[in-house]
Amino acid sequence: MAVAHPQSPTRTEGMAAGPDGVGAESVRKGPPILSGAEITCRSLEAEGVTVIFGYPGGAVIPLYDALPGSRLHHVLVRFEQWAALAAQGYARVTGRPGVCIATSGPGATNLVTGLADAMLDSVPLVAITGQVGQPMIGRDAFQEVDITGITLPVTKHNYLVQRVEDIAPTIKEAFHLATSGRPGPVLVDIPKNLLIAKAPFSYPTGVGRRGYQPTSVPNLRQVRLAAEAIERAERPLIMAGHGIMLSGASDPFARFVEKTGIPVIFTLLGLGCFPESDPRALGMMGMHGHKHVNDALDACDLLVNIGARFDDRATGRLDGFAANAKIVHVDVDPAEIGKNVRTDVPVVGDAAEVLKALIEEVAERRRDEWLGWINGRRNRPLEAALDDRPPTPEPYTIVRAIAAASNGEAVVTTDVGQHQMWTAQYFGFDHPDRWITSGGLGTMGFGLPSAIGAKMGRPDLEVWAVVGDGGIQMSLSELATAAQEGLDINIAVINNGYLGMVRQWQDLFHEKNYSQVEITGPNLEKLAGAYGITGITVRTDAEIAPAIARARSIKGPVLLDFVVEPEANVYPIVPPGASNSEMLHERRFRDTE
Amino acid sequence: MKQRHTLVVLVEDHPGVLNRVVSLMRRRSFNIDAITVGHSEQPGVSRMTLVVDGEDEEVEQVGKQLYKLMEVLKVTDLTGESCVSHELALIKVAAKAQHRGEILQVAAIFGAKVVDATPTTLLLEATGREERIDALVAMVRGYGIRELVRTGPAAMVRGGPSAGAKENGRPERDRDRKTVTVGDGALAMAN
Ligand SMILES: Cc1ncc(C[n+]2csc(CCOP(=O)(O)OP(=O)(O)O)c2C)c(N)n1
Ligand SMILES: [Mg+2]
Repeated sequence: MAVAHPQSPTRTEGMAAGPDGVGAESVRKGPPILSGAEITCRSLEAEGVTVIFGYPGGAVIPLYDALPGSRLHHVLVRFEQWAALAAQGYARVTGRPGVCIATSGPGATNLVTGLADAMLDSVPLVAITGQVGQPMIGRDAFQEVDITGITLPVTKHNYLVQRVEDIAPTIKEAFHLATSGRPGPVLVDIPKNLLIAKAPFSYPTGVGRRGYQPTSVPNLRQVRLAAEAIERAERPLIMAGHGIMLSGASDPFARFVEKTGIPVIFTLLGLGCFPESDPRALGMMGMHGHKHVNDALDACDLLVNIGARFDDRATGRLDGFAANAKIVHVDVDPAEIGKNVRTDVPVVGDAAEVLKALIEEVAERRRDEWLGWINGRRNRPLEAALDDRPPTPEPYTIVRAIAAASNGEAVVTTDVGQHQMWTAQYFGFDHPDRWITSGGLGTMGFGLPSAIGAKMGRPDLEVWAVVGDGGIQMSLSELATAAQEGLDINIAVINNGYLGMVRQWQDLFHEKNYSQVEITGPNLEKLAGAYGITGITVRTDAEIAPAIARARSIKGPVLLDFVVEPEANVYPIVPPGASNSEMLHERRFRDTE
Repeated sequence: MKQRHTLVVLVEDHPGVLNRVVSLMRRRSFNIDAITVGHSEQPGVSRMTLVVDGEDEEVEQVGKQLYKLMEVLKVTDLTGESCVSHELALIKVAAKAQHRGEILQVAAIFGAKVVDATPTTLLLEATGREERIDALVAMVRGYGIRELVRTGPAAMVRGGPSAGAKENGRPERDRDRKTVTVGDGALAMAN
């Protein structure tokens, strides 16, 4: 997603004239005098916000008082954590910052997981929390928590607003920080008395922060060094990360691949930034990456990382990672360079800017021989088996059936676990900003709320949440939210009766000591009925495609319960602490060599 | 190479900024040996001196992480530069009548001032390099130290150039200043 940058002054002025005509009045009498709550709403409107996700409470009652007079569509979640994750789903499909609201105390602390998730995946979010009135701060007042203290490590920046006059400039700055440089969550904590107090309102047009000047345009010298390294390389490989999406760089990226002919591997969050159906796209790397991808990493003599942070799930053990390669690392955040992996050519800048500069410096070339070598390393028995489906509903056949039915065009969100990895491996993402998953934090329950946010952001797109029977039981509450909003989303539960990914680790690395991983759940079809939405149970292979077709034809939320083989494992897998070349394969799909 | 690094960090003088810096160091498991904070020559800008022990790359990472804090204007690593690094110590020494003369002599050698005296104690104030303060403390330990406080070092480069924030306060391009740079010449700007 291209992260949208703060509003232009013209837009701001347009927004300042509210529906109640206060703006018109301001022409005669100067800026309108508004309450802090009204200022908050006007500021959000001025930022182009149309949808917010939240939950009311004592400290934000004044804000909720002002909401009906605004043009903001408020989605009432059932749990604040899911407001933050719905805001993320919204942000990831639209490229605009997601906005969530919570009250002080428990409301604010419930946001923390969602903020941490956005922080690790660099998703632009603005969270607004109510705080107890200023005279009460520091006295352990009812529902007082130090939310700026608590969220310090999980936000890009946060604020405790001190004066009603500061609300608008603070919100302006919060949006600027959330969306520029390396995007991330920003929290604005507003004491209740300031939401009630009044001040003249005019939305600021600029932000001046001496200590914040992200580098967007790269140093040309570094770009040239990168280009030289590419020219010299015989077996180069591109590692494509989330940064390409965040910078909206899919087009220059495709041109770069076209010109240089370099094969592309993806991090979990990089999937979709370049069509997986392109012959140069090799698939996902890392712990559950494809065999030929990890083989290519071993063999390459140059790795060009664009917009990824060398996460340990992607790299495996570091001393075995791309051991024969020079490393070019393109990142907008200089602190990422050299953090985990030694770097030969660092290029600090926005991915789109770097790619545009780099394209000018590289020669046209084809890399057919190298690409052929990598393709020769594919797990042929597995790929043959994919087209020759086994008779039980195996999770990957469901993922492939959803991809086929939606023609690969759907937005797909997931929870965390086996179903997430199967979806990453088998959906085949051809579009940016349609693959929405919790990468860095691995937050169970992510799928349903992020699907809600995604549908609010892109009502024109088909939305599927592929979730676990464990994860869905964490965010079941949001079925009501989806039902209340009448959202046309499909929720596919991959029901294996286990906390599958943990069971898999116990199976493979703890002598099958299945401790606390067997999990029961409600009859999901009946539960759907209880929420007034459609529920479908699927037990056999033959039912998969018809069930998916039916779900697609129904307007409104549909909950599909796919009862699958309980003990299927995700393969390949790199054992924890091992290097990527030491991956385990499923016995029946093991290469003969 | 593992060594002691002295970092000068210029920060906007906002509420909570010290907390942000210290919290960052803790969560990235960087060890702070000493930290001092005070006003700088610029209104609204505070100056911190951070002493950290670590590999050069690790300390470079400290600098880059610090730049990610909105309040941080400039980070300068003074290690290897010719600089003055002094701390202040107040030492309350037990001073029986028969030892007073000796203690005053020791104080004179170290250029320490006597800032208070009682029939049983002398309060010494000393400034200087850390090792010098260490030596003074060792010398008077035998008489009995009643109370001791040391500020930790404040550091400044000798001669012309200042570690102070330039117009916009970001790292400069001149390579002889030990501003945090990444690899071979790519400039490290805040995220
Ligand atoms: C909030 C949270 N708690 C615990 C975990 C650890 N965890 C990772 S995967 C997993 C199992 C998920 O089970 P399920 O949702 O049924 O998905 P499956 O792996 O079976 O597809 C667990 C418990 C987590 N990622 N997030
Ligand atoms: Mg499960």
